Amino acid sequence: MNAPQIKFYQTGTFTVGNRLLAPEQRSVQSSSERSNSINSGHRACQGCGEALGARYAVDAAMRATRGQLIAANATGCLEVFSTPYPESSWQLPWIHSLFGNAAAVGTGIAAALKVKALKAGMSESATRVIAQGGDGGTTDIGFGCLSGMFERNDDVLYICYDNEAYMNTGVQRSSATPPAARTATTMAVGVQPGASFGQGKNLPLIAMAHEIPYVATATVADLRDLEAKVERAMSLRGARYLHILVPCPLGWGAASHDTIRLARLARETGIFPVFEAEHGEITSVTKIRHRVPVAEYLKPQKRFAHLFAQPGQPGHPEMLARIQADADKNIRRFKLLDEEVTV
Amino acid sequence: MKDARPFAITLDPGSSLANKTGSWRTERPVYVDRLPPCNAQCPAGEDIQGWLFHAESGAYEAAWRHLTRDNPFPATMGRVCYHSCEGACNRGQLDAAVGINSVERFLGDEALKQGWQFAPPADESGKHVLVVGAGPSGMSAAYQLRRLGHRVTVLEAGPMLGGMMRFGIPKYRLPREVLEAELQRIVAMGVQVKLNCKVSDLAETMRIGGYDAAFLAVGAHIAKRAFIPAKDGAHILDAVALLRSMEGAERPMLGRRVVVYGGGNTAIDVARTAKRLGATEAIIVYRRTRAQMPAHDLEVEEALEEGVMVKWLSTIKHASEGALMIEKMTLDAQGRPQPTGEFEMLEADSLVLALGQDVDLSLLDRVPGLAVQDGVVQVDPATMMTGHAGIFAGGDMVPAERNVTVAVGHGKKAARNIDAWLRGHALNRPPKHEPASFERLNPWYYSDAPKTMRPQLDLARRSSSFDEVQGGLTAENALFEARRCLSCGNCFECDNCYGVCPDNAVIKLGPGQRFEFNYDYCKGCGMCAAECPCGAIEMRPEQV
Repeated sequence: MNAPQIKFYQTGTFTVGNRLLAPEQRSVQSSSERSNSINSGHRACQGCGEALGARYAVDAAMRATRGQLIAANATGCLEVFSTPYPESSWQLPWIHSLFGNAAAVGTGIAAALKVKALKAGMSESATRVIAQGGDGGTTDIGFGCLSGMFERNDDVLYICYDNEAYMNTGVQRSSATPPAARTATTMAVGVQPGASFGQGKNLPLIAMAHEIPYVATATVADLRDLEAKVERAMSLRGARYLHILVPCPLGWGAASHDTIRLARLARETGIFPVFEAEHGEITSVTKIRHRVPVAEYLKPQKRFAHLFAQPGQPGHPEMLARIQADADKNIRRFKLLDEEVTV
Repeated sequence: MKDARPFAITLDPGSSLANKTGSWRTERPVYVDRLPPCNAQCPAGEDIQGWLFHAESGAYEAAWRHLTRDNPFPATMGRVCYHSCEGACNRGQLDAAVGINSVERFLGDEALKQGWQFAPPADESGKHVLVVGAGPSGMSAAYQLRRLGHRVTVLEAGPMLGGMMRFGIPKYRLPREVLEAELQRIVAMGVQVKLNCKVSDLAETMRIGGYDAAFLAVGAHIAKRAFIPAKDGAHILDAVALLRSMEGAERPMLGRRVVVYGGGNTAIDVARTAKRLGATEAIIVYRRTRAQMPAHDLEVEEALEEGVMVKWLSTIKHASEGALMIEKMTLDAQGRPQPTGEFEMLEADSLVLALGQDVDLSLLDRVPGLAVQDGVVQVDPATMMTGHAGIFAGGDMVPAERNVTVAVGHGKKAARNIDAWLRGHALNRPPKHEPASFERLNPWYYSDAPKTMRPQLDLARRSSSFDEVQGGLTAENALFEARRCLSCGNCFECDNCYGVCPDNAVIKLGPGQRFEFNYDYCKGCGMCAAECPCGAIEMRPEQV
């Protein structure tokens, strides 16, 4: 990680920027020169985590490539709220085709750029490509295209904005929906309410299994970390994958001002491990700073309300315990706590 | 026209900027400034967060100038102030309070080292103000009045400037060269000082001098007495006289066993002084328990470290040569000490009474309209004006807690009101901001940074000399300490609101200019307010 080392908040930073920081140490998002890749007036909901995550990532990629960037975009909230015909919020060349083929479209653009570069007598193109989609378009519908892109090691950074369901079409379960979560298709009814346990796909690990040059996870709660990972990704060639957790106030049933807090809690509980890997090997993890129990993360979300006891309802402490066990497993598996935990 | 667009394209391309999504909003974020607890707490009314802000970037002179707008004695305050600001500091709820006092002292010392001076006033008002007493309150008022362009004459009964700062605070807490330098800096602004000039009749003095207004700060220099039956040969003195005699060439003779009667800061000062004068034992006799002791806890702690002993729940019944009769006390249900009838003898070469001080108010005898109650002058707490128009008072001679910081605050407040009174207009004070409480902060963004402690003199050297006990910070750790400030309630330009807005509805105005909201696009999600580390954004319901 090349994020500046932090001693305390006013000189280093847990904040986006700081008046005491040298300009070269400031984050992309603190700069009034940022490319502002998704402009104002987009129709994302109040407090949309995906709008944030996309702006952070694309702005950082824009800086890393000096604005020489093309984006392919899968169908999903990101596409719908930013480009209702004939308007666009995007401040870069941007293409949308189908729900499932963003990785393939990105691959095609990268191939075309390479040909153009070769014809111009250069070994590789200065213009770079990103492909982006939500968790539905990535883990389900676009999974085949994505796996192919990984397998061929195409020079594309694929960014998945994970809000853990098909939010655009009305909060249906995706293969990234966490266990026990209520969605429109996994209602909070029956003996095992919400999405069932043990079905989710862990795409970062699947991407690692392709042994591609770079795989990382990030959240919208840690901007400098996210930007550093985009920069690292853009410094490499070949297939790269970045998985960003982007809370969805509407789908998660959370307050719009809690988006970043929830992303932070997801990391601090261990539910969402933040790490990076190169060629299938984990190279760094972001340690938990103040560990909290998962209940603190789940409680502000209505999609998990049925887990907690309410008047006339006993709740599901056993499911809560299983989620806690999953978080604990992540903590062990990725060594998320400072003290080394042996299994 | 219809052929101008490509196949199947019916509309011209547009930008999302056409959507004024601000119309979705039900609450709007508003930037606010709040009153940080340190500033709210400071009896001298220092803008602590304001001067720390400069210190954070290493702009020590700017910090010192900002600080001295309210208090001309930072090097002194950094040594003798009881820094109740640190008790109020929100950072105390995270790890440890910011070392405000040590940074203040650093700035004060730095100013002395660099020779920074106060600028004389730009304009002369033509008015002449009398200040009686050259203690902290009087000199603070003289400084502020001079800054406001008035001619100031300070009349001081004693032989030196400083009042109780010099005659009441031992050298090991406040080296005299530091005090003198800070006082001389005020004199250098053009404040006239007359020493050994006791005002015995204020009305007459004002008439002869042609003064337009007066500020009285004569201090409380008369020791309170308690009747203790004593035989011939009992060596009894009072604390005020003892501490004052420390300023002379002759060291007072106290003997090897010194008993101090009282429980305030003065009692502690005397006991520690006695130790330094060579007493093998310094014993404080106090009627109540430690919890009820009015002396500052930090000083009690230091005194105990130095070997000062305390007889709690004890009173002195009788004194004779070489011995005191002590009666044990007990606390009743109301916490008041009651005699028990149990006695014991305590060997003592001398007894020092530190039972509080009174004010000599004889100078006011011929001034009409003054109200005196419980030995102090009554003033309007909003203006510090006494019952007689144009005569103001402050410091130990008015009802208040008696310490240097309070006195300095009185001087400043009085000076501003004297100025308003002289110019014939009411003092316009902007309303105070809402408090910046800990609950409004988002402490996640503050990383862990333990407090930097000041070095302390070794015990052995402490109790054998009058060398200063507390050391100062270095430039480096002063910077560290200043940067621990959370800037509670006031934007410090961390860019969080700008960074976390999903709608790009925060406009960054540039260094020192803070931010603005673009309400055309702000959807009112509240993320900026939730993620503001210092609580400087408030969500207000949208007016429909």
